[in-house]
Amino acid sequence: MADVDDAGWARRSSVRVVPPARPRKLAKVPFVELADGRLQGVVSSGSDIERVYVSSLTSGTHAYHCSTNNNRPCGGLRGTPCKHLAALADEAVLQYGLDRVARYLRADAGDGVTTGAELLSRLDARHEPTPAAVVFSRFLRHLSYLEAPGNSTPLPELHWFPATGAGR
Amino acid sequence: MLGTQLTALTSGHPAALTDALDLVAGVDAALTRGLARVGEADATALAGLAGALAATPLADLVAEAIDKICAGSVTPEHLAALAGARSALLGAAHDALLGQLDAALGRGRDPWSVAPAPPAGPSPVLATVRAWLHEVAVTGWHGVDHELVAAAGTPVEAALAAPESRRLAVLLDGLAAELRACVPVATMPQVPARRWADLWARGVLLAQDAAAVDPPADVVDRVDGRLLPLGVDVHEHDTAMQIQVHGLLEPAAGGPPRLVRTAVGAAKVDTIVGPALWRLLQAHPTLLTALAQRRGVTVTDLPARGADLHWHDDRAQLDEPVDPFAAARVLLPGAQAAAIAPLNRHPAAIAEPVLLEGYAVRDHDGGLAADLDGRPLAVAVDRLPSCGPLTPEVVAASSACLGLLRWDDGRWLLQPLAVRADVKRKVVDVHTGDWACGVSDAKVAKAEAKTGDAVAVLRERAGRLLRR
Ligand SMILES: [Zn+2]
Repeated sequence: MADVDDAGWARRSSVRVVPPARPRKLAKVPFVELADGRLQGVVSSGSDIERVYVSSLTSGTHAYHCSTNNNRPCGGLRGTPCKHLAALADEAVLQYGLDRVARYLRADAGDGVTTGAELLSRLDARHEPTPAAVVFSRFLRHLSYLEAPGNSTPLPELHWFPATGAGR
Repeated sequence: MLGTQLTALTSGHPAALTDALDLVAGVDAALTRGLARVGEADATALAGLAGALAATPLADLVAEAIDKICAGSVTPEHLAALAGARSALLGAAHDALLGQLDAALGRGRDPWSVAPAPPAGPSPVLATVRAWLHEVAVTGWHGVDHELVAAAGTPVEAALAAPESRRLAVLLDGLAAELRACVPVATMPQVPARRWADLWARGVLLAQDAAAVDPPADVVDRVDGRLLPLGVDVHEHDTAMQIQVHGLLEPAAGGPPRLVRTAVGAAKVDTIVGPALWRLLQAHPTLLTALAQRRGVTVTDLPARGADLHWHDDRAQLDEPVDPFAAARVLLPGAQAAAIAPLNRHPAAIAEPVLLEGYAVRDHDGGLAADLDGRPLAVAVDRLPSCGPLTPEVVAASSACLGLLRWDDGRWLLQPLAVRADVKRKVVDVHTGDWACGVSDAKVAKAEAKTGDAVAVLRERAGRLLRR
């Protein structure tokens, strides 16, 4: 977390508690999140524009799963994580940084690991089916923000949330 | 702003400010541990808060609420009184600090004009929000876990779906995202206790059925005149963004210029960051063009409340180019400011435009400070947005700055909105809003092109998947 060692943190109103996401290409993996005790997200199918895969990796146990949003199991799971899971892990590391992803998964990144796929390959991961519906509905909710109307009256509470990160 | 004005601003705190903030810190510590079982230290702190309000109209209400909270019976009414008491104290701190600022700068300020609040009936949305905020206060920040964070989903969704609770929804969504990233909070080396208590208390007040925060359209003023933008302040969390343009309004009817501001915003998601933010505001082309081209704007019949102009892009017309530095130099000293709504009074709301010239920038406390006649004013470098070209390096090379005076954690800060700087032996003006109509820096534009148009990608996905 940013600034957490700063002695004044506890008495400041305006601190960026969560570092902003780093920019990344969204075409392949439009949605990644660290939530519900999982690294989870949605990967667009390379062949069918209407189809998406829902992939997840559980913190601690490192159980993984991948299926279409209609719960059809991913054909790429053959005893090891599929390419969708590798893509999900790669994009998570781009968005959050390796440290934050490894910490959330309770995984030891170890030396020489720079990408999410490398981190994934180091884990003692095992397959365990989980329903896609929860993650997929979170993705739809995520997308629904883009359809929400804008505002042209001030939202005073946003003064607690300054934009930051110039020149990153 | 002159060196003597900075001296007047930074030499000494308003009377009793430190005591007030210590009382607030005591409340914040109690909320960190939770109100389920109030220990001796927290009980003393809460009693101190009640004591501080003993001479106010809130006295009896707060004293009774704190008695009951300390005895272990916490009702929603008691929490509302606690949130109100803490907010009243910080409201008074706001008034004292702003008074100090106005006195130092010689800034005149119109009082807030009270408009009748519309009657408000009970709202099921607000009840859901209050229930979650209640649970949070009883649990305390230290006890916040995955389950309590997940429980925010329902109230956030309900508040987002109701346009009249947009303010509350945006606040709650921002707070919940922070908690989600921090659970289990008990393992954090330090909790942002002031910040989270600020957001909690404001949330509780906005979630009262009688909050009536937005006056109906027929009681606001209407303004005509020429708006000269001075600079733009950008706010953002994962799911919301807002730009607030500070400017001078020359009223068409004559009279002194008014210090005004106007805000427009949009809902977003966490992966929309940097210059892509501007693309969310395309419904306001005149405002964005005025920022990117540094132009004045003629506004007609624009609704206003205090210093806040409610933007309607179709009531605005681009005017001549304006040099914001020149406008500020000539007009800012005599401009008339306005008070903010009583509910919004909090030191974090202080954002007063100033022009600083002839300073030296130096390293100060691990950050930057503008040194004016030997007086340092810390620069809020963490408030420079990634959607614009104004970076700490440019600020470090600057000699003139249009910025906002802010106050946090016991000190005044300068938040730059624009600077005049020496870059590669050329004097250039750099504004946070320079990229409002597109990135003008080749290197940044290339990086942007590489990551692609996040807004377009997600809108395509939304179009394809949401309406199945
Ligand atoms: Zn797969």
